[in-house]
This record gives sequence, structure tokens and C-alpha cells, in this order.
Amino acid sequence: MKQRIIVVGNGMVGHKFIDGLMSNEKADEFEVITFCEEPRLAYDRVKLSSYFDGSSAEDLALTTEDDYREKGVVYTLNDRVVSIDKDKKTVTTAGGKTEAYDKLVLATGSYPFVPPIPGGDQEHCLVYRTIEDLEAITASAKESKVGAVIGGGLLGLEAANALKNLGLKTHVLEFSKGLMARQLDEGGGQLLCEKIEQLGVKVHTGKNTKEIIEGDECRYKMNFADGSELETDMVIFSAGIRPRDELAKQAGLDMGERGGIVIDNHCLTSDKNIYAIGECALWNNFIFGLVAPGYQMAKVAIDHIIDKHEEEFTGADMSTKLKLLGVEVGSVGDAMGQTPGAQCYTYNDGVAQVYKKLIVSKDGKKLLGAVLVGDTESYGTLQQLFINGMDLPAAPEQLILPQLDGEAPVGMGVDALPETAQICSCYDVTKGDIQKAVQEGCTDMGGIKSCTGASTGCGGCAALTKQVMDAELTSLGVEVNNNLCEHFEYSRQELADIVRVKQIKSFDELLESHGHGLGCDICKPAVGSILASFWNDYVLKEEHVGLQDTNDIYLGNMQKDGTYSVVPRVAGGEITPDKLVVLGEVAKEYKLYTKITGGQRIDLFGAQLHQLPDIWQKLIDAGFETGHAYGKAVRTVKSCVGSTWCRYGVQDSVDMAIAIENRYKGLRAPHKIKFAVSGCTRECAEAQSKDIGVIATEKGWNLYVCGNGGMRPRHGDLFATDIDDDTLIKYIDRVLMFYIRTADRLQRTSVWLENLEGGLDYLKEVVIDDKLNIGQELEDDMTRNLANYQCEWKTTLEDPEKLKRFRHFVNSDERDDNLAYVAERGQRRPATEEERKNRIPLVEIAD
Amino acid sequence: MHATDTTQDTQSAPGTAEQQWVEVCAKSDLVPDSGICALINQKQVAIYYSKRLDEVFAIGNYDPIGKANVLSRGMIGSIGDHTVVASPLYKQHFDLRTGECIDSPEHTVPAYEVRVHNDRVEIKI
Ligand code: SRM
Ligand SMILES: Cc1cc2nc3c(=O)[nH]c(=O)nc-3n(C[C@H](O)[C@H](O)[C@H](O)COP(=O)(O)OP(=O)(O)OC[C@H]3O[C@@H](n4cnc5c(N)ncnc54)[C@H](O)[C@@H]3O)c2cc1C
Ligand code: SF4
Ligand code: FES
Repeated sequence: MKQRIIVVGNGMVGHKFIDGLMSNEKADEFEVITFCEEPRLAYDRVKLSSYFDGSSAEDLALTTEDDYREKGVVYTLNDRVVSIDKDKKTVTTAGGKTEAYDKLVLATGSYPFVPPIPGGDQEHCLVYRTIEDLEAITASAKESKVGAVIGGGLLGLEAANALKNLGLKTHVLEFSKGLMARQLDEGGGQLLCEKIEQLGVKVHTGKNTKEIIEGDECRYKMNFADGSELETDMVIFSAGIRPRDELAKQAGLDMGERGGIVIDNHCLTSDKNIYAIGECALWNNFIFGLVAPGYQMAKVAIDHIIDKHEEEFTGADMSTKLKLLGVEVGSVGDAMGQTPGAQCYTYNDGVAQVYKKLIVSKDGKKLLGAVLVGDTESYGTLQQLFINGMDLPAAPEQLILPQLDGEAPVGMGVDALPETAQICSCYDVTKGDIQKAVQEGCTDMGGIKSCTGASTGCGGCAALTKQVMDAELTSLGVEVNNNLCEHFEYSRQELADIVRVKQIKSFDELLESHGHGLGCDICKPAVGSILASFWNDYVLKEEHVGLQDTNDIYLGNMQKDGTYSVVPRVAGGEITPDKLVVLGEVAKEYKLYTKITGGQRIDLFGAQLHQLPDIWQKLIDAGFETGHAYGKAVRTVKSCVGSTWCRYGVQDSVDMAIAIENRYKGLRAPHKIKFAVSGCTRECAEAQSKDIGVIATEKGWNLYVCGNGGMRPRHGDLFATDIDDDTLIKYIDRVLMFYIRTADRLQRTSVWLENLEGGLDYLKEVVIDDKLNIGQELEDDMTRNLANYQCEWKTTLEDPEKLKRFRHFVNSDERDDNLAYVAERGQRRPATEEERKNRIPLVEIAD
Repeated sequence: MHATDTTQDTQSAPGTAEQQWVEVCAKSDLVPDSGICALINQKQVAIYYSKRLDEVFAIGNYDPIGKANVLSRGMIGSIGDHTVVASPLYKQHFDLRTGECIDSPEHTVPAYEVRVHNDRVEIKI
């Protein structure tokens, strides 16, 4: 007879338990049933916030129904267990099901605590725990302009980040004096507060909400105990979590004074057939609100159920490292310094806004805890010193003091760690596990992640994991690999350096000297772009042709049916009526579909290969130039109308936009580059969503860098304020050239900046302070590059040899007979499969 | 199928019963490390010339995944031992020698024998 295990709750820990038990060698001795109140099986709650960045419920899922079925796990969703009969050993659900168990595992997690505030139960007062909660927040945010989060802890700040990204004016209300009161000391909490305020989230500490009533300007008004008030359209409660122990209470299990199901070192409750694991369990009078301790409990409970009795739960490391609203925060061990006799070192840099504190034992030999705000580089070292109880170096303060230039960083190489050192606490992966994985053939982070699970949870251990991996690879004599592709054993940046230093002018030359094979669709365009960025040669020179994507070869974007689009440059979005007429005439003649693009210009779609030269000849004769819509190159400079017409404009944004577009047009880069110039702070050109954004001020211009629209929007960072025209251009030259030199293949400026060591501050040092003393060089590179500008269509049209390529067939003047179009809203579009089959009236195609 | 320059092989073997060698264009019409398209017996054929290998390849021009006549406009290169073209639409790789799609082998395109004869490109079709 199989033992029957019932798991109540299919959250992160419940699932971990099931997964662990089913992959145990004794799995076939057990039959597992699980009940979950949520409408789906376990998902990654730790990454819940990524739901707002576009992750779907499937992306977050930790398992699938198919997987459970395959493993024989019986599950019921959408049903809550409401009672336990300890004597009969059964559970009963709200849906009326009763099932018997041999062993019962409670993994019911916790719920967000909502303080009993009058008015706190209104429609737009929400919590942040499940996917459904996030859906409710998204819906509410659509009808709101201002949002308030009650609670300035870890989760509260995550919620605030979400509201800010949803475009709301965001407030955080914290009861105590500082943020993240559980993890940070007062100094750390205060600095975090300042930093977050600079990012536009308003923090109010010492606020005790008394009631939420109807507002005057917003939907609600919150009244505080100190007499102050705040208007908001929605409220998110994040005032702590409470264990979901109602079931255990009903069953008469031992409970903690303030809730929580009491467990022993084997995760057993006061009933020998019932276990409790995860956030509902109380061990040593302590609830663990993190997932890693829950996973350890799951492991311990499995060990006990299969009668091995080897493992015990003996507490867990609560160290955390995260990036909240872009601010790095780390907390290790006893951050508050509550251990008797504890001493501390503090480093507070008010200029750079970095706060670090070490708490050491009375004898100064061991690390007890640490607080890091603004710079968490030493987190890995400190956390390892702490959990492994290692001896501190002679001058521990060195661990938090900044390094002077040229000095080797103080820290502890990963070599110093014992093999048993836990590197990833989320998945309990040790240094030894990672070394073993490397020995068995995992040579990149992807491999290590899928093989050991390390760094797939909160991600806090990624840097350390990579260090251990790299160290092991090195000790095995393997070179650490960041190769572009199978043809080049170099990264994009290394190849760029080679091209620049060795003055290499063609792909073949580079392949011959530094690569092998024939190249591919990854390295060819990448090298093409590097060559173009440094030498800005005509891209269709014979030796460059093979490097270009079809879009670049034919100087147009290929559409789904193999035809192309035609996008002439319309600098700054300014266009004369005469030019508009020409576009209309050309479109009419070739029956092209026309549409205004999101980049303030006009796209003509459906041009056949052989028509492109004729079309472009007409456009160029009328004074147009190519818009480089096909290249990884400068695209558009969007503008608003600015001071010439607009009653609010403080500078001529159109003039500046046109100047910028004409300066940088044709510039090739690792990815496309977009700009915008707004004439005043109302920001009608949406400059903050562009790679380079310029906003007029009374005194000059504010420059924003590294914004992005598209797949993962990012607001640009304010880089310099009130600068004049020349400084503006100087900074843009330097930022862009530095980007072109150092970014990875297909990396937009936004992602580049996020990966740039030292981030925005470093970029400012390089560009504004010229710390690397390369400013002039960057500007010269740019000047040289821009001097080589040519309209590629103009050059192409002047060369009959090149024009030969613009025919569908080398040996016939016929056109592609596969094209078919239908009429819609007065224009034509490609016919669908269905329409082709049914021979829906097709429209004529211009020859 | 592929062939290198066979100018010395002047009396090359005739095709099989159904298949004939058809003269398509001059060798100078080929674009080094890139492709062109020819219309042969109402079939669209993509022809590529790899300068490094000094070899000419020919496969069908129709991309069965993107459903358009575009393969001649893809980028050529190698994946391991395969010489391939990447479709310009959705970037799947087709083996220039066998026509097989490496990323989803359930798709193949026709592959043709090519030879260069007196500086003329000929395809067996
Ligand atoms: C035509 C246009 C849509 C429209 O009808 O308005 C368009 C069309 C395409 N976009 Fe776009 N994007 C167009 C404006 C935008 C904008 C808006 C803007 O520029 O202000 C964005 C968001 C802003 C941004 O880039 O930050 C945008 C974000 C993208 C992205 C996502 C980029 C990202 O980093 O997230 C892609 C995909 C990519 O580049 O990898 C993309 C890719 C494409 C491609 C190239 C997809 C493809 O491979 O076929 C489309 C080519 C169309 C063509 O044949 O010309 N398009 N695309 C717009 C052309 C603007 C222009 O005048 O050049
Ligand atoms: C936004 C957010 C961010 C977080 N970030 C981090 C982080 O960075 N690092 C970290 O370590 N932790 C983080 N956490 C905490 C982490 O998610 C929890 O520690 C973890 O989910 C606990 O797992 P659990 O299985 O105990 O509880 P849950 O994951 O909550 O699972 C419990 C499940 O049981 C169900 N249930 C409860 N009662 C019943 C019943 N009677 N019958 C049937 N089903 C029932 C619940 O509906 C729920 O689905 C975060 C949490 C949130 C909300
Ligand atoms: S959003 Fe998508 S579909 Fe629309 S133009 Fe951009 S890439 Fe094409
Ligand atoms: S510590 Fe969280 S993923 Fe490794």
C-alpha cells in the first residue's frame, strides 16, 4: 500500500515539497494529493513583480498540469481546505470533498495584513500577493493618477515600483522612522529614503493612517494620526504578512502566541502526522518570510517522511540583496546589531550616497551582520564571511571602504570559500555543487542555472555564482567564454577593439586573422556594424554586401511577402507641402500602401525589389534622403513644435531636432538609436523614452540618456541640466561613441547602461569629467565617422553595377508571381492565406 | 548539390532522363558571399556563391516557413559542418547542399546541382 500524502496549498513551498518527494528514489511508495485555493498551480511569487514587465502567468509557472499528471500527482484547483479531522485523518474542502491521509503537509503560506482602518475596504484598496491581485492593481491603475502604498518594507517598495512604472504619482507611507525597518538600520533606511525620493517616489515616514475617506481632488483622502492628509486614487496595503493558520487553529494544533503553526526541527507540528512548512510555520518563535527557508523546510519534511531522519531545520540565513526602484540594498545577518557586545564600523558617503555598516563580534573576529545601501558590491563577500563563520581580515573596515585608484579590491576571492559554502540560498546550492556542474560540462551561466538552479530565484547570487564558475573553469584550464558565435572566439567589444587597433577594413580580413568557418547571420552583421561604426564606409561595397541583412542590402525593410518598405528621412518630422505631394504621387504611381509611422515620418509599403531604384530616384530628385529605417542606425529625431509656434515653448525644439538628425544621420551602431527634442517640460515629443532625449529649459537644455520605448520601456536618466547647444552636442557625441565602442551586439542603450559597471555615475564620469581621458578621442571618432556620411540610395543609384541587384530574377524581367493583394480602406494589403485560397478579388499590382 | 569550377570538365555528363543542365547566367552575375534568384522552367531558384569556398550552390527560392519567395535574399554562412543560408524573414537556416531546414527538419526545399562551365552558371533541373 502506498502512503497517502495530502499537501494543503500549492504555493512555492508546497510545490517544492511535491517536486522533491516525486523525484526521490522512494517516490513510488507515495501517492500525493494537493489542494490549492488559487486558480492555478504553483508560480514564482518571488518574481511576481515581473508580471508588470510583461511576464505572463505561464512565464511565472513553476510547473504545469501536464507535469503533475505525468508524475501522478492528483490536484484540485480553486478549492480551499476548510477543516481537518486529526483523529479520522481526513481533510474536507469548501467544495465538499473529503480525502483521507496518512501524512498531512500544511503549506498554506501567508496573507497580506490589512490593518483595520475605516474605509480600508473600498474598491480601490488592494493588496499585493497573487497574480489576481496584480490584475486588480493594473485595472485600478488605469483609472488612477495617484497611488499610495501603506508600508515601506521590502514588498511595499516593490509595490511602489510597480505603481511608478504604471505611470502613477506614487507615495509610500511608513509607520516607523525609516524604510525597510526589518532589514536596515536607521542610517541605511534614511539614505534609501532619500534615494527613492530622487527617483520621484514620495516617502512619508512616521505616518499612521487613521481613515480613508472620499477625496476632493482624487478618489480618496487618507487622514493620518498626526493631523496631516494625503489625496490618492488608489491604496495598496503592504503592512506585513500573517501566517495562514486558520486551518491549524481549527484542528487544535499548537499555535504561536501571535499566530503561526508551531513546528520542531523536523517540521512536525504537535500532531505526529501533520507537518507545516513555508511561511505558515513557526520555528523557534520565528516566521520566515522568504522562500529559501521554506525550501529547506520542504527538504527536511521529505527526509522525515521517507524515514531517513538525517536532516534538521536549524534556522536560516535571512540576508537579502536587491535592487529597489533602481537602488541597491543589501542586508546581512544581524543588521540591527542586537547581539550583545556587538561593535560596528560605519561608512557614510553623503556625496556619492553610499552607506555601509559592518557589525562585528565583541572580539572583532567574526562578522555578525552588515547593511549596504547604494553599493552592494561587497555583499557576496560579507554574506559568505557571515554564513560560514569565517575569520575577518585584520582590518575589517577595509571591507567597506572605497578603493583608491589602482588598489586591488579588498575582499575574499571565491577560492577562500569552503566547498560547503552556500552560494545560492534560494536553491541551496553550494560552491561544491557549482564546481561539480562545471566539471560535468556546464561552461556558461545558462548551463549552471538549468543544472543546479543557482541564481534562478531572487538572482542575488548571480555574480558570486559566475565567479565560482569562472574560477573553476580557469582551474580546469578552460578559457572563460563570451564568444560572439562559433566563428569568433571574441566578444563584440573585443572584436571592435581589434578592428579599431589593427585598422581592419573587411570581414574577410577579420575572419582570416581572428576567426574560422564561413561566418553566420550573427557575426556577419555584428562585424558589419563594427566596420561601419568605425569607418562608415558605403555598406554596399562589394566586400560588405555579404555582411548585411537583406534589409541593408536592398536598403529597405522586407515585409511579410518579400516586398519592401520605403521610408525617406523627414528630419525632426518637419515636411513641406511640396514634399508631401511628391510622396503622395510616388505612392499613387506604384500603388504603395501609405501610413504615418510612430517615428513622425511616412512609410510606403509594398515596393517590389525592381521598383526600389525607380522609386528612390524620384524621391531623391525631389530632395529626399534615405531614412535608414532598415539599418541598426540612427532612426528618427522626434520633435514637438516648440517655441516658434507653441505658446509654452522655451526653445526652438524643431530647429534643434533637425540639427541633431542631420548631424547623426547615417551613424551605425550596435542597435538602432532614437532621439527626441521637446520644447518645454510638457514633453510632447516624449524625449524621456528615447536613447537620447533633449528637453528645453529656460536656460538651455536638459539631456536624458538611455531611454527606451518598445518591448521593455525605460525612462531615460537625467544626465545633464541647463547645458548650452555646444555642450549638448559634445555630450551626445561622447555618449554615443562610448556606446558604439562598448555595447554588445543588438544591445540598445537602455540595456547597455543597465549592464555598464558603475552605471549612470560612471557614464557621467567618462563623459562629463573625462575620467578616462578619452573625451577628445570619442569626439574625433564621431567627427571622422560623420564626415563619411552618404545617402546610400544616392550612391547606389549612381552605380549601374549595384543596380543590377535590384531585379527579382537574374535572367528574366518577370516579377514574383506569388504576390497577391486585396483592397482595404482605399488601399491594398497582402492577401491572407485564406483569401488566396478562396480567390477573393485581388487587386492589380503596379509593374 | 554543389560544384566547383569545372571548366576543364568540358564534356560533362548529360542529365538524367527528366533532368537537364540549363544555362542560367554568367559567373560574373553572381554576387560574392551572397545570393541571386533565377527563373528556370517557371521555377524560382536561389543561387549563391561562396568566395571562401569558391563554390556555387542552388536551392528553391520559396521559404516554406515565411511563405514567400525570398531565400535568395538571405545571408549565407556555416553552422558546424553545414553551409547554410538564413531566411531573411524569420532566420531559419537551410542547408545549401541538401535543402534541409536545420532548425525544423520537417521542412525542406529543393536542392539543385550546379556547375560553372565556360564562365556560365548551369543548373540541373
Ligand atoms: C514602421 C514602424 C511602425 C509604424 O507603422 O509606425 C515600425 C516598424 C517596425 N519596427 Fe518599430 N516601427 C516604428 C516605430 C517604432 C517605435 C516608435 C518610435 O520610434 O518612436 C518604437 C518604440 C521606440 C523605441 O524603439 O524605443 C518601435 C520599437 C520597435 C522594436 C522594439 C525595440 C526595443 O528596443 O524594444 C522593434 C524590434 C527590434 O528592433 O528588435 C521594432 C521593429 C520594427 C520592424 C523593423 C519589425 C520588422 O523586423 O519588420 C518594423 C519594420 C517596419 C518597416 O518595414 O518599415 N520596432 N518601433 C515605425 C517606424 C518609425 C520610423 O519612422 O522609422
Ligand atoms: C511581491 C512579492 C515579492 C517577494 N519577493 C521575495 C524575494 O525576493 N525573496 C524571497 O525569498 N521571498 C520573496 N517573497 C516571499 C515568497 O514569495 C514567499 O516566501 C513564498 O511564496 C512562501 O511560499 P509558501 O508556499 O509558504 O506560500 P505561498 O507561496 O503563499 O503558497 C501558499 C498557497 O496555499 C494556498 N492556500 C492557503 N490556504 C489554503 C487552504 N486552506 N486550502 C488550499 N489552499 C490554500 C494559497 O492560496 C497559496 O496559493 C515575495 C513575496 C511577494 C508577494
Ligand atoms: S509593433 Fe510589431 S507589428 Fe507593429 S510595426 Fe512594430 S514590429 Fe511591426
Ligand atoms: S540566492 Fe536567490 S537565486 Fe540564488
